Amino acid sequence: MTRRIRVAIFLPALGLFGVLLAWALVGIPDFGHYRGPYGYLLNRVALPERHMTNVVTSVVFDYRGFDTMGEEFILFAAVLGVVLLLRQGGREQPDELNDSVGSDGVRIGGVLAVGACVLVSLWLIAYGFVTPGGGFQGGAALASSVVLVFLVSSHKAWSGVASDHALDPFDGVGAGGYVVIGLGALIGGLPFLTNVLGPGVPGTLWSGGSAAFVNWSAGMEVAAANLILFTEFIDEYVVPLAAGDTAG
Amino acid sequence: MSVFPYLVAGWICVIGLYGIVTSKHLIHLALCLTVTQSSTYVLLLAVGYVQGGGPPIFKGVKLGTTAVDPVVQSLTLTDIVVSVTVLALILALALDVHDELDTMDPDRIAELQG
Repeated sequence: MTRRIRVAIFLPALGLFGVLLAWALVGIPDFGHYRGPYGYLLNRVALPERHMTNVVTSVVFDYRGFDTMGEEFILFAAVLGVVLLLRQGGREQPDELNDSVGSDGVRIGGVLAVGACVLVSLWLIAYGFVTPGGGFQGGAALASSVVLVFLVSSHKAWSGVASDHALDPFDGVGAGGYVVIGLGALIGGLPFLTNVLGPGVPGTLWSGGSAAFVNWSAGMEVAAANLILFTEFIDEYVVPLAAGDTAG
Repeated sequence: MSVFPYLVAGWICVIGLYGIVTSKHLIHLALCLTVTQSSTYVLLLAVGYVQGGGPPIFKGVKLGTTAVDPVVQSLTLTDIVVSVTVLALILALALDVHDELDTMDPDRIAELQG
């Protein structure tokens, strides 16, 4: 199919979309006049019921915990796909990749930044159900802070902290842990993912009960998944390019 | 202009689709798909916004204070993280196509297959 045919099909479809959008906009409540009821209801009952002050996290890991498990496995499946496509057995690893960052300022500042970013990420995960944050956000931040190691030092230092052997178990345990916590409730005769540990004290780390552990397993899964993606792309495409540069 | 955020969501969706339809490069195509997906975040957050509402976090804020809908926020945040990994999968496929067929043009792929 040529580009011209595609555009010829797209334009009438766009017109139809415009009509449907206009129709929808006529009937939609004005911006800022949310009608509910779920948002209003959850904002009122989440703290008394679940003792979690961050209602968003209580929705992610408790009220809609089953749905989030599905999302986690989309993540897991996507990472599995990338690994299957990119991780080749007989990959030639150039031993002498001379890509160390020359500037001392960048190295020192970078290493300090890695420490600070890792701490902030762990705090984001740990306090995810108390203050803004949570396993997904903290996990993504944690992965980014580890990638800083590659940016401010060298590929050698990076492969020391982010190797397949270290990351694969984390990814599996993160995804599997979520299910195991859910099944734990079944053993006690309760519905899947029921908060068996009790709600705890609001506003402290000991609030959220089981959801706190689900939160950590999601954080682990997201961080490991993102790091696996980075290692695969760096090893498969960045390293050969860099090796070619130094050779030529 | 009480429907303005919804129009923005519609515009982002359409501009991304236009990019997909007219794309000449697989990586450009994958990024356009991400643009289209981003329109759902704008739409979701716009739907859940309450006039004058704060974040749905009640640490140090009295329970019952007006806050925006937490459900759409939780949907958005999980979707952002998942979309990154799915984008990585699409890019990996694009790189595989490049290795096999030595082209990144979606039209050329169809020619080579036929």
